[in-house]
Amino acid sequence: MNIDEPIPVTQEILSKYPREQRYTLTILQDLQREHRYIPREALPLVAAHVSLPLAKLYSMATFYKSFSLSPRGKNLIKVCDGTACHIRSSLILVDEIQRLLDIAPGETTPDRQYSLETVNCLGSCAIAPVMVINDTYYSKVTPAGLRNILSDERSAINET
Amino acid sequence: MKHDTGKKVLVCCGTGCLANGSLDILTGLRQRVQDTACGAVRVEALIKATGCNGFCEKGPIVKILPDDVSYYRVQSTDLDEIFASSIQKNEVVERLLHLDAATGQRIRSQHDNPFYKKQTKLALRNIGEIDPTDVEDYRERGGYQALGKALQEMSSEQILEEVCVSGLRGRGGAGFPTAQKWRQCASYAASPKYVVCNGDEGDPGAFMDRSIMEGDPHTIIEGMLICARAINAAAGFIYIRDEYGLAVKNFAHALQSARKQGFLGKNILNSGFDFDIEIVRGGGAFVCGESTALMASIEGNVGEPRAKYVRSVEKGLWGQPTVLNNVETWASIPPIIQHGGQWFHSIGTATSPGTKVFSLVGKVRNTGLVEVPMGITLRELIFDIGGGVIGNREFKAVQSGGPSGGCIPASLLDLKVDFDTLTAAGSMMGSGGMIVMDQRTCMVDVARYYVNFLAEESCGKCVPCREGLRNLLNILTAICQGKGCADDLDLMAEICAAMAEGALCGLGKSAPNPVASTLKYFRDEYLAHIVDHYCPAGICKELTDFVINPDLCTGCRRCVKHCPADAISGNPKEVHSIDPAHCIKCGNCIDNCRFQAVQTMKGGSSQ
Repeated sequence: MNIDEPIPVTQEILSKYPREQRYTLTILQDLQREHRYIPREALPLVAAHVSLPLAKLYSMATFYKSFSLSPRGKNLIKVCDGTACHIRSSLILVDEIQRLLDIAPGETTPDRQYSLETVNCLGSCAIAPVMVINDTYYSKVTPAGLRNILSDERSAINET
Repeated sequence: MKHDTGKKVLVCCGTGCLANGSLDILTGLRQRVQDTACGAVRVEALIKATGCNGFCEKGPIVKILPDDVSYYRVQSTDLDEIFASSIQKNEVVERLLHLDAATGQRIRSQHDNPFYKKQTKLALRNIGEIDPTDVEDYRERGGYQALGKALQEMSSEQILEEVCVSGLRGRGGAGFPTAQKWRQCASYAASPKYVVCNGDEGDPGAFMDRSIMEGDPHTIIEGMLICARAINAAAGFIYIRDEYGLAVKNFAHALQSARKQGFLGKNILNSGFDFDIEIVRGGGAFVCGESTALMASIEGNVGEPRAKYVRSVEKGLWGQPTVLNNVETWASIPPIIQHGGQWFHSIGTATSPGTKVFSLVGKVRNTGLVEVPMGITLRELIFDIGGGVIGNREFKAVQSGGPSGGCIPASLLDLKVDFDTLTAAGSMMGSGGMIVMDQRTCMVDVARYYVNFLAEESCGKCVPCREGLRNLLNILTAICQGKGCADDLDLMAEICAAMAEGALCGLGKSAPNPVASTLKYFRDEYLAHIVDHYCPAGICKELTDFVINPDLCTGCRRCVKHCPADAISGNPKEVHSIDPAHCIKCGNCIDNCRFQAVQTMKGGSSQ
C-alpha cells in the first residue's frame, strides 16, 4: 500500500468493516497505524461509511490519545512516564532528548525522522525508566546511556 | 537414537522478560533441541513460552520441569550450559538460581523463593505455568471444568448463589460485590443482555490485567461464559487497551481456539446455550476505564462517562442490561465455581475475601506482580516479598490505587491491606498498583504528577473535575517552582473537598486523593517548598542544588562517570566538585554515590 495516497488506503480499510457506528474506533485505529496519523482526506470517507457527521469523527479523533491529526516522524520515541518510571526520573530523559534532538513531547524533528512522545505506562515497571524507539525497548535508561542509544539509532538510520 | 528427557522447559515471555530478551532464550533453546534431530542422539524436550511469572526484576526466567528448577536473569550465553546440564541431564546450574539475600543461599525451586513463598496464586494460578496460546495447557490444569459444571449441573440461581457466598468484590477498584451486580442484571427481563470485560488498564504502575490477558486468556473467557449463563446474556465484549498488543493477539487466539473446541458459539457443550465474545481495542483514553465511558467507547462514541441515575446493570451497553467486570474479577470466577464460594471466602479477610494481585513497583528491590491473600500488611508486601527499598534507602511512602489513589506513609506500614482499610487511610485499592517511594521521591512532585495525569485525562464534561484539576495543577506547579504561598494549602484542601463532592464520575470524585493524602501525611514537605524554597528529595529542579560533601567524598570518580552533563570534576582520590552552571540536576550523581557524599541544598545556594 502506498501511504502517500490516503484515499485508496482508507477505502481498503473501510471495505473490511460493516457500516456501523461501533466500528468507528477500529477504523480510526487502522488508519492511524497505516499512516502514523489520520489524514484529513480520510475523515469524510469514514464519516460517510459509518453515517456520522464529520464533526463527530473529528471529536473522536481528538479525544482519543492514540490518534494524531498531524504527521508523525518515521521513528517514534516513546518515553514512559508511568509512575514507576516517573519516580525513577523519566522526565530527565525527556529533557535530555529535548536537548539532543530539539523536540518537545508531541513534536517531530523538521526532517520528519523523529517524533517524541511521553506515554502513561507500558506495564514494564521492572525495567523503569523505559524508553521505546519504534518497537525496541530500552531498559533502565540513564541520561548518559541515552546519548549512546540515540547515536546508535542515528547511525543505523543513516546506513539504511 | 532417541533420548526423551521428559523435560518441560517454561520460558517466561511476559512483557518484562521479553524486554530483557527472553525471545532469544526461547528460540535459542528450541534451536538446540532441533539441532539434535539429525545427530546421533535426538533429544526430546518440550520448550514452551509462558506468560508473566511476576518476578520481572529477575527476568528472563526459565523454569525446568519436572525438576522444578528456576533460573533467573538467563542470557543467551547461558543456554549451552542449561541445555547440557539441565535438559539433557538432571544437573543444576547453580549460578543461575535465585540468591536469597537474607541467607546467602541459592534457591532451586520457585516455591522456596521468598518472593513467591507468601503468595497465594488464584487469579494468576496458571500464568507462567501454561502456554497461553495452547488451550490444552489450560484444560490440563482444570480449565473449562467450571464451565462444564455451570452449564450441566447448576441453575442460574445456583451460580449466583455460589458467587454470592464467595463474597467476591470487584477487582477493578471500587470493590462492589460481584454477585449483587450479577443478580440485579439477572432480575431484568430486557433482552439481549451483555457481559463486558474491562481490560482498559490505564493506571500507571499497574499491569496485572495485562499479565492475565497475555498469560491466561481462557480464564477470562470462562469467567465471562459463566456469568453469561447465570444472567442469560447473548454476547460479550472485552475492551483491551490498544497499547497492549500482545494481550490483543493472545486473546484473539484464545477466542478462536475456544470456538474450535465448542466453548464459544452456538450450543456450547451441547447445553443449548449460545454466547460469543468480541474484542474491542481501546483508544488510549484513561477515562475509558470508567464503566459508562467504556461502554460509550464500545458503541463508537467519544468515551465520556454519564451520570449513573440508572445503573449499567439495568441500562448499559446500547441501553441493555449489562454486567461489566474487571479482568482480575473474571479470572477469579472459574475457581469459585470449581471449588465453591465457601472455599474462596475462607481466604483473605471477612469483608474482603480472596486474594488480590498487586504490582509492586517504584523504588522497591523486587519489582513484579504478586498475588496475596487480602489482609496482608504493607510491611510484608513491601519488605518480605518486595525485598525492601532499593539501595537500602529509607522508605518514605507507598502509593496505591492508581492516579486517584493516595500515598500512605511509613507510620502505616502495618496496615492490613483490604478494600476498606485502604479507603480509611485516604487511599484506595484501585487496580492494585503499589508504588514504593523513598527519600529521593518528592511528595509534592508526586501529587503534581498525578494531578497532571488526571488533568490530561479528564474528559472535561463536568466542571468540578475539569476546573478543579486545572487549578490544583497550577498551584502544585507553582509550589514545585518555589512560587507557592502560604494560603495555597488551604485553598487546595477546599478544592479537593469540592471535587470529591461535586464531580460526575468516579474519576473526578477520587481525583483529589493524591493531593489530599500528601497534604495530610507530608505537609512538612509542602512547607519546605513554600517557606524554605527547598525540595528535600532533590527532585524539583528550581529548588535544588547538588553539592559534594568534602568530608564524605572518597574521590572514586563514580559520579563523574555517571554525569551526563560533564558537570563534575575531580581527580581520583581527591574531593570532587559539581559546577552548578553546567549541572542539569538530573540526580544521577546522588543516586550513584555509594558514600552519601552528594547532598541536596536549597536551589541557588551553591553558587
